[in-house]
Amino acid sequence: MSYLLKRIAFYIFTAWAAITINFFVPRLIPGDPVQALISKERGQLNADAVHSLYVLFGLDKQQPLWQQYLDYWGQLLHGDLGLSFTFFPSPVSEVISSSLPWTLALVGITTVCSFLLGTGLGVLAGWRRGSWVDLVLPVTTFLSSVPYFWFGLIMIELLAGPDSIFPSSGGYDPGVTPGWDIDFIGSAVQHSLLPALTILISSMSGWILSMRNMMVTVSSEDYITVAHAKGLSDRRVMLGYAARNALLPNVSGFALSLGLIVGGTLLVEIVFSYPGVGFQLFQAVGAKDYPLMQGIFLIITLSVLAANFIADLAYLVLDPRTRKEG
Amino acid sequence: MAISTVDLQAAAGEAAPSPRPAKRQKFRFISNGKTLAGLIILGFYVLLAIFGPILSPYDPDARGSDLISPPTSAHWFGTTHLGQDIFSQVLSGARGVVYVGLLAGVVATVLAVIIGVSSGYLANSGGEALSALSNVFLVIPALPLIIIVASILPSVSNTVIGLVIGLTSWAWGARVLRAQTLSLRGRDYVDAAKATGESTWRIIFFELLPNLTAVIASGFVGTVIFAVLSEITLAFIGVSDPTDWNWGTILFWAQSQQALAQGAWWWFVPAGLAIAILGTALSLLNFGIDEIVNPRLRSAGRIKGKTVRMRIGFTPVLGKDNR
Repeated sequence: MSYLLKRIAFYIFTAWAAITINFFVPRLIPGDPVQALISKERGQLNADAVHSLYVLFGLDKQQPLWQQYLDYWGQLLHGDLGLSFTFFPSPVSEVISSSLPWTLALVGITTVCSFLLGTGLGVLAGWRRGSWVDLVLPVTTFLSSVPYFWFGLIMIELLAGPDSIFPSSGGYDPGVTPGWDIDFIGSAVQHSLLPALTILISSMSGWILSMRNMMVTVSSEDYITVAHAKGLSDRRVMLGYAARNALLPNVSGFALSLGLIVGGTLLVEIVFSYPGVGFQLFQAVGAKDYPLMQGIFLIITLSVLAANFIADLAYLVLDPRTRKEG
Repeated sequence: MAISTVDLQAAAGEAAPSPRPAKRQKFRFISNGKTLAGLIILGFYVLLAIFGPILSPYDPDARGSDLISPPTSAHWFGTTHLGQDIFSQVLSGARGVVYVGLLAGVVATVLAVIIGVSSGYLANSGGEALSALSNVFLVIPALPLIIIVASILPSVSNTVIGLVIGLTSWAWGARVLRAQTLSLRGRDYVDAAKATGESTWRIIFFELLPNLTAVIASGFVGTVIFAVLSEITLAFIGVSDPTDWNWGTILFWAQSQQALAQGAWWWFVPAGLAIAILGTALSLLNFGIDEIVNPRLRSAGRIKGKTVRMRIGFTPVLGKDNR
């Protein structure tokens, strides 16, 4: 239990740190971005919106910093992330909540699948070392060095086309209306196939490599020798003894690198014009839509924290040693 | 993203098996095929970074009359929508990529060594605080943070991008170094050094750091891979040095001018391949370092066409008849 409590404390601390970073970053902007925006919107902003923007950007110079910080927290706790410039006058929270489910479904499912598949293949590659499976290694090394979004372009070039079943862009057919019916879900799944395949292939290779190396390292442990000496079947030694132990560092590695992976996979959405958070971040950067950028950063960070916590729970189940203490 | 085993083990807090002292061999580093291949490719890229802008046949910004032309003898990699020569753009882009990668790698590695080693060696609340700091930076998604910071800054030059990437991506290295330092701290030779009255700084610089060289090197190479990919990604979404070409900028234009829809594969394939090959070279280098630190990974390879199975004790004993 104490392990879990420690982790929870850590996540709360990290969430606080991320929000605080988010508070300070816009204060680096020189000049007055809000004034520029107001003139761009030609007086369409009401006084409340202007005030909210000033709080967000820290340009409320009459107030001391700590007061600004408290105001910022007050806004956040009300779910107020400011107004988006690109989707004016929708609030940022609304814009993000329309795109978040897309990203959660695409990136969430593919990340978990790629970890599971990659680890499985890594077990085989590590166990059958020296066989033809080793030929997989140069290929995976190459694939893991390719930027995700470029691989997406290649996939579109190779697989998508006028008479292909893979649509090259968008999240669903323009003809169907979003809703929980067969047409929409079918169309959404069809549109997510190619992005999912891209993320799967290019992120899986990293897990194959690291799991293979862990398997090779574990294979020379004494308990493997003992297991073989006991006359257990090869399959049982591989899965129950070697893979079981090689898995632990891989799972904690997975938890640790979630932040890195998610950053890369999000951008696959750009290439496919997939209506998720990554594509929105791209649009926000292009339009210098600071509130939207900040909101997206916050949401991504919080999602990664949540995912990390789930990975920690998985580790707790897999490693009995963490449960023994306390 | 390839993660080396040593890092993974260390980061997971598992004690890495200490390699037994092998017969001393000079330049063992080079004798490894993977490392050698990695170094050769890397050397080629460094040459490209130095001489690329001089070698490029055209000015990468100069417009020409051939719009979106496929590769020809005049334009080896074809041209863009403005008639710019893509071969020249790729050649000129090498410098920015290598510069940012190295700058970010150096900045992040220096930070990682300072924070990682001191948080591992100082067994007080300061060490704990530094460790918590690196964990926080590890969990916060680096790429979105880099994107936000870089797009908020008023002017983006390659140096600024390198610094931003370096300042946000040291955490993984720091964590690995901390784990490794923790395990070194309790070794006999460190106790002996303390007993002879060596100062803390001397112990860190002359006793600990030499034993951390491989971990530091592998962290450096890993950070360079990450930095190059981040820089390319930044440029791809439109945050880059406006006066300079890099491979991400080429991809940015290819994407925004619908190169795919026009079937202009030559526009984005060369730049992407250049990135992928650079990344592969760096990964190969890292595998080489990995195999030096962890001899078990050294590829026994195929022995006379026979598969080496993970059998008893993993000592492939082959009889006369090849078993």
